Amino acid sequence: MSPMPRVLLSEWTKIRTVRATLWTLVSALLVTVVLGVLISVLLNNTFDDLSREDRATFDPTFISFSGTQLGQLAMIAFGILVVANEYSTGMIRSSLSAVPVRGQLLAAKLAVATALALAVGMVTSFASFLLGQLALGDHRTDLSEPGVLRAVFGTGLYMGLIALFAMGLTWVLRSPLLSFGVQIPFFFMISNILANVPATEKIGQYLPDQAGSRAMAVVDTGDWPYGPWTGLLIMLAWVAAAVLAGWLVLRHRDA
Amino acid sequence: MIELSGVTKRYGLKTAVRELTCVIRPGLVTGFLGPNGAGKSTTMRMILGLDRPTAGRALVEGRPYALLRDPLTVVGALLEARSVHPGRTAYHHLLCLAQSNGIPRRRVGEVLDLVGLGAVGARRPKGFSLGMGQRLGIASALLGDPRILIFDEPVNGLDPEGIHWVRNLIRRLASEGRTVFVSSHLMSEMALTADHLIVIGQGQLLADTSMAGFIEENARSYTRVRSPDREKLLDALSHAGLDAAPSGAPGAEGAWELEGDRTAVVGELAAERRLVLHELGHHRASLEEAFMRLTSQSVEYQAHVGAEEG
Repeated sequence: MSPMPRVLLSEWTKIRTVRATLWTLVSALLVTVVLGVLISVLLNNTFDDLSREDRATFDPTFISFSGTQLGQLAMIAFGILVVANEYSTGMIRSSLSAVPVRGQLLAAKLAVATALALAVGMVTSFASFLLGQLALGDHRTDLSEPGVLRAVFGTGLYMGLIALFAMGLTWVLRSPLLSFGVQIPFFFMISNILANVPATEKIGQYLPDQAGSRAMAVVDTGDWPYGPWTGLLIMLAWVAAAVLAGWLVLRHRDA
Repeated sequence: MIELSGVTKRYGLKTAVRELTCVIRPGLVTGFLGPNGAGKSTTMRMILGLDRPTAGRALVEGRPYALLRDPLTVVGALLEARSVHPGRTAYHHLLCLAQSNGIPRRRVGEVLDLVGLGAVGARRPKGFSLGMGQRLGIASALLGDPRILIFDEPVNGLDPEGIHWVRNLIRRLASEGRTVFVSSHLMSEMALTADHLIVIGQGQLLADTSMAGFIEENARSYTRVRSPDREKLLDALSHAGLDAAPSGAPGAEGAWELEGDRTAVVGELAAERRLVLHELGHHRASLEEAFMRLTSQSVEYQAHVGAEEG
């Protein structure tokens, strides 16, 4: 087994030297921030049209993170590309020849890619919040309010974890086409439908993205049966399951 | 040294490699010969730990590949299938491999120069020709200056100059005392580079012999003679103590064959007895023929026309 720092350095080189992968991170940041600001501007202008109930539970922090709905797809794309590119290009054969202990290759790749996704996620989260609050004008909040800093960190964590979830699942699915075909529709539509249709709401709320997004909210609207940290823990359990499944597949299948 | 003992690989009902046992020794070029689909690439992937054998073991320097520390400094491999990200420059491709095995950065530039890609290190392989891609693969095999080299069909896609270069490289690596294991489906290619031959067909070992031994055994040398005065010629030959047998070769009906080069003796005998000869010549069965004969039972995708004629 090669020493871990070498393998981490190698994975860092791999990530930073493929432009397409890096663009997904840039677009995750831009899409999330721009969309968050637009929705914040929109709500600021139409605040008076909201129902009394909506005004009472108005959550300026959560509103500024509205862009994550779309921006997370770019994060998922990043997670998929980092792993699936190894298979679609055949690079996996070079990678496993250099690092034949499969768990080590997986751990190093996930560590480096997740660290990068978390860093971009945090920047995205703070930028979304700060610019979103500017756009919200009189309805804004700030970091010193209770729960707000926790929600901003929670959103950064969410962005990193969703990428890690995608990586774990992609080690199982391998093909980029299959990975995109399964994950993008799921996170873009299916999960939202399941969480918002009354019949499936109870299950839908425990899906990874729905549970994780609980951490983005400051105001408890009473819609969630659990708190922000529990939400993140539920998401973390999903992520752990995805990574474990990926590791089992990588360990046993031929490359 | 590479040791295979009883290595078997099954995919569902299909057996790609069946109980393959052999040793690939240092200081020699060992040719791994077999028709397409014989299991050569699968065997090489099992040596590298990419595919897991269904049964048996493949050891490199006495250990399974996965237990080697910094494996690229022990084994360098060029696989047949592409194994490069087309969007990462040649330099960075080699750099990330080097870093994982503690190989110094300057070695990347060295191997790029060595394979003649020094000028295109900053380019992405998606614009590379087949030959350049092959050179990049060879560069990554040489990266760790390994004692063992595995090349799967290394001359595929190369121009004549490139083929010449690869042959010389392979010979040189073996002469430096390294273990060199090269696969090919072309006997003629092996005849030029290999010292030792391992022949497989449908995943089974057909021959494990020195190249010289293979030639001796399979590339029979014989004299062919044809005469309208067949009876008189045969009498003359048997008087002189020469054994002749009817030729079985296609297109040589009515001709007779004698072992070895006897053209001088036969020609003199015929002149002495004033016999007309229509043909007299020394022949050597081609290695390609010998290889085809050896593997004809085991060719998976045989053209039907060829099969009927053969």
